[in-house]
Amino acid sequence: MSPLLLHLLLAAALFSIGLGGALIRRNAIVVLISIELMLNAANLNFLAFWRYGPEPEALNGPLFVLFAIAVAAAEAAVGLALIIAIYRRYQTHQLEDISRLKG
Amino acid sequence: MTLPFALLAGLVLGGALAAVTCRERVHAGLFLALSLVGLALVFLRLDAEFIGFVQILVYVGAVAVLIVFAILLTRGAENPRERLGNSPGFGILLAVAVFALLAWALTSASFPKASETAAALTVRGVGDRLMREYVLPLQAIGLLLTAALIGAAVIALPAPTNPATPPTNHDPE
Amino acid sequence: MDALDAIFVTLKHLVVGWFPALLQPWVSALISIGAILAIFPLLFGLTTVLERKALARIQNRPGPNRVGPAGFLQFVADGIKSLTKEDIVPRAADRVVHFLAPLVVVIPPLLSFAVLPVGRNMVALDLRETGLLFFLMVGTAVELGVFMAGWSSHNKYSLLGAMRALAQLLSYELPLLLSTVPVVMLTGSLSLVGIVEKQSAVHGGFLMGWNLFTPWGAAGAVLFFIAAIAEANRSPFDLPEAESEIVAGYFTEYSGFKFALFFLGEYLGLFAVSGLGITLFLGGWLPPFSFLAWIPSWLWFLCKLAGLMVVFIWLRGTLPRLRMDQLMRFAWQFLLPMALVNLLVAGLWHFTSPWPVALRWLLGVAILAVPYLMFNRAFERRHPQRTYRYVS
Repeated sequence: MSPLLLHLLLAAALFSIGLGGALIRRNAIVVLISIELMLNAANLNFLAFWRYGPEPEALNGPLFVLFAIAVAAAEAAVGLALIIAIYRRYQTHQLEDISRLKG
Repeated sequence: MTLPFALLAGLVLGGALAAVTCRERVHAGLFLALSLVGLALVFLRLDAEFIGFVQILVYVGAVAVLIVFAILLTRGAENPRERLGNSPGFGILLAVAVFALLAWALTSASFPKASETAAALTVRGVGDRLMREYVLPLQAIGLLLTAALIGAAVIALPAPTNPATPPTNHDPE
Repeated sequence: MDALDAIFVTLKHLVVGWFPALLQPWVSALISIGAILAIFPLLFGLTTVLERKALARIQNRPGPNRVGPAGFLQFVADGIKSLTKEDIVPRAADRVVHFLAPLVVVIPPLLSFAVLPVGRNMVALDLRETGLLFFLMVGTAVELGVFMAGWSSHNKYSLLGAMRALAQLLSYELPLLLSTVPVVMLTGSLSLVGIVEKQSAVHGGFLMGWNLFTPWGAAGAVLFFIAAIAEANRSPFDLPEAESEIVAGYFTEYSGFKFALFFLGEYLGLFAVSGLGITLFLGGWLPPFSFLAWIPSWLWFLCKLAGLMVVFIWLRGTLPRLRMDQLMRFAWQFLLPMALVNLLVAGLWHFTSPWPVALRWLLGVAILAVPYLMFNRAFERRHPQRTYRYVS
């Protein structure tokens, strides 16, 4: 197997683990952790394609990863602030308990 | 497959699996940090030294710490018997199906040949790009981060009608 | 004098030369690791004795004076004591995390010494591209270790200490990072060796071009060292381990050798961050004046480190501890904006390079002084001078 394929498979496995976690777990923080894992799998793909791709001089992969890391940091900050605000209001972490808007 | 890559892949995937499966939320946060350190090492092996260090700086130094901090701030919501989703089996099945599909697509696809000259990721090159071609995205990210900073502070602020807050003007400081 | 300057480098080359070529990189790395593992913990021991003696002098008592000459072997006795003490793990503790926490606290500072240039050609790992980034990255891992210690102990005081520590470390990391940015901007490199070499220019015949001798460098150094004291959990920012409030904070439930490891990790972190400050602002291993260049470079580094330690001990003996809200306000409402203003000053310094030096200085100082005075005024308006009614 080529190194590119190995890295892509690793990223696919990481993404699937994150997806499974986000689907199964009902704890808001664990769901956030799963989302972070999926984002990182995408980052690994960008870097692998940059490193083993046809034109590594362009540096597009690493730059995209830099931007993705910055966005992920912002996402984590806002997400955790939301979790804290929800906890203050409902005293819970279980996503199913936060269903006031449900008809 | 080389041995270092196998070890790192085991670290990344094992940490990720443990992070999404363990019941204790703090352990989940710590396993996330472990998994992301492993991923940063994979980045280092991809010659992306700068990205690997930034990854640890942001994810382990900031995101993982924020996550465990949020867990500490919301203690008391600990539910020893966390309910799983309506059909956990379906979720697992879907995840496995997605992985199988991706793996099938990846192994059957043909990728363009890697270039012979592996360009080094220099900090100067990254800075150059950021200031020339990517200057608009850079500004947008700056705006986004500022908005997220202010937004997170506003969201997490306690409600202003809370009567428990003492008056501050008699602060004998 | 060059021979004395390079004595450790030549010694290392000599020893490495004895081994076959295949093993030489490994031997070289092992020697560097051994040197780091030997020197900095020894320095830690000496500093603890020095600190206890200096604090004692400030408080008008003799301090440790029994073990060895003038009490300077006290740290050996302390080390043996902590090694032979019983290691107690609370029954409710999370055993694995409880065990790992001291390691996570001690290993990062040791790693960061690897990129620190302690003398001319004396750096274990010269990361030309990302030296400073490596250093800062390694420093952030300590936060997780502190959290692990506080949380795994299942003790109220530990948890309170960990919460305080996390809030403090996260808040002071921003000014710490931002105050290093002007140096990187004006050096044009993240390499710590490159940053030191850039400061070797001689101005006015004898004055070296330390970054401290510029408006942005002076302001940056002050901001950096304030944030560094907070990052190292030292008084007056020692709230995470405030004895009179929360016992020993996050390491309340540690005993024996693990307790000693926390102590060690704290001082190693202080050495590391001081070493970074020396490298960035105080000229690294360079002398302050060019006519003092005959003193070996590694001696200069050690002298600067010792000088900083004396200042830190002095501060600890002098200043009272801050309150939690004061601590947070200071980081977010003073250090962070001042660090941002300093970025502006550094940029102007770069673009006004054809101007006469006095004018550039005036501009830089003016830009720094106006927000400083504004913050000061705002602070005094909100918090008028405290009057003590019962103390004349």
